[in-house]
Amino acid sequence: MKNQLKKIALVLITLAFASCSNDDNQTNTNELDGLTKFKEVVEGNQTIEFYSPKGALSQGYNDIKFRIKNNETNQYITDAQVEWMPKMHMTMMTHSCPKSEVVKAATGNLYEGYIVFQMAQNETEYWDLTLDYSIDGEEHSLIIPIDVPATAKRVVSSFMGSDNVRYVIAYIDPTSPKVGMNDLKVGIWKMQDMMTFPMINDYTVKIDPRMPSMGNHSSPNNVNAQQTAVDNFYIGKLSLTMTGYWKINLQLQNDLGTIVKGEEITDSVTESSLFFEIEF
Amino acid sequence: MKEILSFLLVFCGFNSVISQETHQDTISPKQLKEIIVIGKKTQVFEKQTKSLSTVDEYLQKSSRVGMIKRGAYAWEPIINSMPTERTLVTIDGMRIFGACTDKMDPVTSYVEVSNLSEATICSGQEGACFGTTIGGSIDLKRMKNTFRDTTWNFNLNTGFETNNAQKIAGLAIDYADSLFYVATDFMFRDADNYRAGNNKEVQFSQFRKLNLSQTIGYKTSELSFLEASVIYDKATNVGYPALPMDVSLAQALITSLKYEYKPVDNLIKNWETKIYFNTITHKMDDTKRPNVAIHMDMPGWSKTYGYYSKVEAQKGNHHFLVNLNSFLNNSLAEMTMYPNNPNENPMFMLTWPDVDTFYNGIFLEDNYAFNCHSSLRVSASFGVHSNKIKSQFGLESLQIFYPEMKDTRTRFLKNVSTNYTITHGKFQYGVGAGYGERAPSVSEAYGFYLFNSFDGFDQIGNPNLKNEKVFEGNAFVSFKNKKWTLKAETSYFHIMDYIISRPNSSFIPMTIGANGVKVYTALDYATIYNVSLSNDYRINDKINWNMKFIITKGIDSDKMNLPFMSPFSYSTNVSYFDKKITADLTLLGNGIQNDFSPFYGEDKTPDFAVLNANFGYKFKWNRSKLLTKIGVENILDTNYSTYLDWNNLPQKGRNFFVNINYML
Repeated sequence: MKNQLKKIALVLITLAFASCSNDDNQTNTNELDGLTKFKEVVEGNQTIEFYSPKGALSQGYNDIKFRIKNNETNQYITDAQVEWMPKMHMTMMTHSCPKSEVVKAATGNLYEGYIVFQMAQNETEYWDLTLDYSIDGEEHSLIIPIDVPATAKRVVSSFMGSDNVRYVIAYIDPTSPKVGMNDLKVGIWKMQDMMTFPMINDYTVKIDPRMPSMGNHSSPNNVNAQQTAVDNFYIGKLSLTMTGYWKINLQLQNDLGTIVKGEEITDSVTESSLFFEIEF
Repeated sequence: MKEILSFLLVFCGFNSVISQETHQDTISPKQLKEIIVIGKKTQVFEKQTKSLSTVDEYLQKSSRVGMIKRGAYAWEPIINSMPTERTLVTIDGMRIFGACTDKMDPVTSYVEVSNLSEATICSGQEGACFGTTIGGSIDLKRMKNTFRDTTWNFNLNTGFETNNAQKIAGLAIDYADSLFYVATDFMFRDADNYRAGNNKEVQFSQFRKLNLSQTIGYKTSELSFLEASVIYDKATNVGYPALPMDVSLAQALITSLKYEYKPVDNLIKNWETKIYFNTITHKMDDTKRPNVAIHMDMPGWSKTYGYYSKVEAQKGNHHFLVNLNSFLNNSLAEMTMYPNNPNENPMFMLTWPDVDTFYNGIFLEDNYAFNCHSSLRVSASFGVHSNKIKSQFGLESLQIFYPEMKDTRTRFLKNVSTNYTITHGKFQYGVGAGYGERAPSVSEAYGFYLFNSFDGFDQIGNPNLKNEKVFEGNAFVSFKNKKWTLKAETSYFHIMDYIISRPNSSFIPMTIGANGVKVYTALDYATIYNVSLSNDYRINDKINWNMKFIITKGIDSDKMNLPFMSPFSYSTNVSYFDKKITADLTLLGNGIQNDFSPFYGEDKTPDFAVLNANFGYKFKWNRSKLLTKIGVENILDTNYSTYLDWNNLPQKGRNFFVNINYML
């Protein structure tokens, strides 16, 4: 019962979030602005079109949108009930990853959510996405193979904390960093079991951006990332004094103030074992 | 530009060349300015001990002016021990701003002796005619040309110095007739590394400089003329041994158009209006240095548009001067660092964020002679100074430190000053007082990680700085008879909201190996005072003995010494001058610098003394003259550095020079 309530709360919050972003979208006449199609799947009478800002998926945090077209009427179906489940098929096991619920945008035809692929595919191991949806009581289930290549820079990390909890931490924003003060957005989840990755609450992500190519200097006035509300992403301030390659050294501090992963940068410790990378 | 022009047309005014008024019945007040003669067209030129000295060497002769040396080239002039931000250096009244964030290109580095006739040095608020200043001003005056019977003048200059194998070549061709003149000159210098005392080569002290200039005048009426002038100056391969980087290019184009009107028998004596434009490109270079931690490009650009309209008028014993002036400067500097891994993106930042500085000011002066003994000078100015950051990139960079900062900031700058002089028999006394304000410089307000190799800190600007303000007092007494001229002078500056950078340990430096980060801030106050004594004794018509002493003391409100304050420094020389021969023996030196400033990166500088000698001979045939000057500087090959030498840069050792001027 408690769990159900939590789930409802989560859905409501996600809805609120989604509707917020929809307000912004209302000014846009085209709901596909800034999106590129990366996959199209035909299932019976329907075609499902997948979009993302980059036009591809990759390791790390991915905003994903899709719409379902009725091939007979060429109309988009806006009242489907959708659930998704990404799965990594490894040689020895199968596991999922952090993800949001799928939510229908308040206006338009798009369904949206995010998935955090904590690892990339390789020659023998691959990701697919199970999509279950119902239209007017008619159930559909399909397994969609997806490409999740590795990123050149570290944007996600899956690790065992000193508290023996397995965490996934992902870099979300800024997607286009600038010289100046950037709004930093980070997500943290824990691996409850192979298929369940709830968001972690009340932690702090300490950040220390450095330029290893330039004497490992830091930048001033960074603000550690913290949550503004339960089950939200972590928000901080990331200051970047110049373009180039930055290593954002991280320390994950739990709600009790204990560092569960990462090291402070000192004269002898030049990098943390937990970090993100950006280059611009 | 249109607005400026129309504003000029609306404005109407005057001007009087005071020195020309001496024959009239009215009494002229005493001028307190110090004038250093440079140019070739004056009789005094023939007396110069080293006619092809650099502009820097000429300016150094003034006891008020010091030169901060970072190498053999482009010394930074300081007036009353105050550096560039607190002084005003103009070329014929034109505002110019160096394009280097590390002050490697002071305004004085973009001119040549061949361009100039003299330098007018004013102490403190007396120098506020062309803008705001705290310490004083230097106005570099270009050659004056005159309309006369058709004449051609050729002037050939050449010189050589042994210490750094400096080769000097110059050519000037002037034409003038009753309606038109054109004066063209060219000067080239090329020098290798110099050698400090004991034959120690100073690596990266070479330079090469080319300077071209042209002035064209056209007489528009009996009372007025137009003059267009251009200077092109290009220095390449300039070494800065005291700094971690050199300069591959320092280039300036300085242009102006002047209209001058001289009514006769009128209230207005002279009305001079000038519009001008100058552009500077400066590129630092670390490619020749060994062991560079990370290669970087640091170019800077400075462009200035401006005008002034200066009127001199006279009514009775009042000598009025009104100067309406305005400039718009744009300063932009970048830094790009190239990682050792070639696949990594370059690291780019704006060190000057594309800043416009727009100034509009008016200066008013009345010099009133009560009688033939006493006169009173009163001046006041008011200006509106505004900065605007044009680059969003630059603004956002600075907002890391100042999240609330806006892209614009406007300030009002005021100045008043007065001097009273009275002559009593062979004595003359003077007292003066002044108040002035200045806005922070671009580096002080908007600099972004500017590395200062003197204290080893990265410097961050502060857009919230208040105006710096100064109260100034000065006095002098002089005695003059047929043989002796003696003068004692003192100046006192109490500077409030004194702008200086202070360490902030919460910031980590960007520059590899830097000691930390300093942020510009304002101290409650700082005081600077100096005392100077000079004497001149005419032994006979041909022999003259001269002696000068100065000492400066500067303390901030935390009772710490300020940097670059002159310890007891002296110079004395004996000179001989007749129709053909000049000879000069000079001794100059400093006492030990005890009041140095470790907090600002200074250490104790020991005393030194240097002996120079030179000899000149003038050959004359019909219309042509040949002036030869030979000399030796630092005869004893002393290895020394002065309190003004950046990071104790050793100065030139023994140097023989020969300068030859041929005039046709």
